[in-house]
Amino acid sequence: MERTFMKGNEAIGEAAIRAGCRLYFGYPITPQNELLEYMAAHLPEAGGVFLQSESELAGISMLYGAVAAGKRAMISSSSPGISLMQEGLSFLASAELPGVIVNITRGGPGLGRITPAQSDYLQATKGGGHGDYNLIVLAPSSVQEMADLTTLAFELADKYRNPAMLLGDGIIGQMMETVTLPPAMDQGESKPWAATGCEGRERNLILSAPYTDQELMELNMRLQAKYARIKAAEQRAECEQMEDAEYGIVAFGISARLALAAVDDLRADGVKVGLIRPITLWPFPENAFRAYPKVRGYLVVEMNEGQMVQDVRLTVSDMVNGRVPGAAPTIRFLGHGGGYVPTATEIRERVMELARLLREAVGASEAVGAVRTASASGSVPAEGGRRTA
Amino acid sequence: MTDKVVFRKPQCLTDKAFLYCPGCSHGIAHRLVAEAIDELGIRGRTVCVSSIGCSVRCWRNFDLDVVQGAHGRGLAVATGLKRALPDKVVFTYQGDGDLAAIGMAETVHAAARGEAITVIFVNNAVFGATGGQMAPTTLVGQKTTTYPKGRDPGHVGMPIKVSEMLAQLPATAYIAREALSSPKHVLAAKKAVRRAFEVQLAGGGFAMVELLAACPINLKLPPVDALKWVEENMVRYYPLGELKSPPAAPPARAAGGTGVGATGGEGAGGRTCAGGGCQ
Ligand SMILES: Cc1ncc(C[n+]2csc(CCOP(=O)(O)OP(=O)(O)O)c2C)c(N)n1
Ligand code: SF4
Ligand SMILES: [Mg+2]
Repeated sequence: MERTFMKGNEAIGEAAIRAGCRLYFGYPITPQNELLEYMAAHLPEAGGVFLQSESELAGISMLYGAVAAGKRAMISSSSPGISLMQEGLSFLASAELPGVIVNITRGGPGLGRITPAQSDYLQATKGGGHGDYNLIVLAPSSVQEMADLTTLAFELADKYRNPAMLLGDGIIGQMMETVTLPPAMDQGESKPWAATGCEGRERNLILSAPYTDQELMELNMRLQAKYARIKAAEQRAECEQMEDAEYGIVAFGISARLALAAVDDLRADGVKVGLIRPITLWPFPENAFRAYPKVRGYLVVEMNEGQMVQDVRLTVSDMVNGRVPGAAPTIRFLGHGGGYVPTATEIRERVMELARLLREAVGASEAVGAVRTASASGSVPAEGGRRTA
Repeated sequence: MTDKVVFRKPQCLTDKAFLYCPGCSHGIAHRLVAEAIDELGIRGRTVCVSSIGCSVRCWRNFDLDVVQGAHGRGLAVATGLKRALPDKVVFTYQGDGDLAAIGMAETVHAAARGEAITVIFVNNAVFGATGGQMAPTTLVGQKTTTYPKGRDPGHVGMPIKVSEMLAQLPATAYIAREALSSPKHVLAAKKAVRRAFEVQLAGGGFAMVELLAACPINLKLPPVDALKWVEENMVRYYPLGELKSPPAAPPARAAGGTGVGATGGEGAGGRTCAGGGCQ
């Protein structure tokens, strides 16, 4: 194991090469250019092909061709470029092709700015393009994870023949940390389904469009069955200090690093709070929430206008529907799009506010001698979660 | 008495019927490609990249490994494949809407990079699959469903001469245009198709054959008149012949067994496309 000091974007590149990635396609866009340039400098040394595409639209189709040929391949971009790739992502999913896509996001909508943001959560986790499909989405929160989750992305993509996305942001992409690099691997198992010329075997077809209506229905059923397998086997989350937690913070990527600082502060003040950090954004780590049924309230912290919070609500309401009503945790949101970065102080204040509201709510219901049935959105006043400063 | 075989299906074609309309040139184009691959003995190491258009299901007919790309992205898909498999033979099969409208950027850049890919470009001057709308190659005055009074250059400009345009790019190795409108022209087209594969095999760069084709359904003409229309109108605007050929390329050997009229097949009457609506 090799320990070194690297930028997040470069760690992805190095880990990809070590994971056997042999073709890389990319089009310049900040804040991921270091990755493009790292691959330009180092992939040819490893016997691979670096190719700067004329657009992201072309790049994702180049990736489609490379993975159809059975090779490990990667493409990277940032938000506007990923929007252009949605056609290709839908095609990769329909043709059941692997391939790793890196999105080092920036603030949108539109051209936006290169300020850090997590505003592409919904695009990444709900498919993004047309049709019923999902990408496997991994969210690193450190430079170490930029490397580790790149390796994992290649493995999961191959294992399930499904595109996998690494969803990072400009802060982790640009920052430097020490990282232990994974050992070099080969290119994964050989792929008997790949289109390489039919010498000595039956021909292989890599198709996006099934031939009949019936086959399209079957493709959808096959994809959904695969997604169910992925949901069952691949949920990943980091849970910090959740065992006795009354309150949970939910945050992914760089937001989770800031949230962790707030957890430490609050714990020092005796507040029983923990952190759930989804690592797989799709499949969403529902099991992590089910593991802590005693949590009374969650604060979801994101660098957007409230995207992952929708999945937290769904998860929690599913939990509540499946058991005794009356115990729904309250969910609050702290976040903002367009370049907002939460501070540990802000997060701490919002957790204290949540704790206070829950105390008052319990006090009020006890005062009238009635146990109120709380819905998933809780018995406290409606959202006040937006940062107003 | 023993039967003598005078005509047989190329090995590269499956037993499946063509699903094209009667008189459609796609069947001839398929046959020429299959014959060239057979003759060069490269079936086992060839990958076809299909496009979106009436030929979207050419995998039913080409008995080859086939990768189906998104509409217009054929040359980007083929770039990824060929870069991954430099020792294999990669070709795209694309219509004029696919290659020259939505996919023009991918086309120009693959040509500019000199990707060692063979391109079979079937120009029928119309969007066949979607029901006869105007293509970038639609002739001036030609009536389409989106411009029923005919193409007006004042409104939408002149048709694009793709071959001439790509021949300008230094990295293109072989560019030729032929017509699938008569036996004479089909024989010439066969030579060009084969040459476009030979150039790739010889390690040359981008090789494209533009095949002027008939879409009788959307021209609203009987098959024979549609072929006449190609010859009288398309050939006039899109001159035939080699626009560019590598000087050191191997000489094209005599083409054999070209099946003129191969569109017929078992499926001549079994049209499913009806010139519209399915894509
Ligand atoms: C992104 C996208 N836009 C539009 C279409 C609809 N579409 C399918 S085929 C086609 C045009 C095909 O024309 P051409 O390439 O000339 O092929 P032909 O059918 O004439 O052989 C269009 C517009 C599509 N499938 N995908
Ligand atoms: S619509 Fe035109 S191009 Fe399509 S199959 Fe019919 S004749 Fe051929
Ligand atoms: Mg056409």
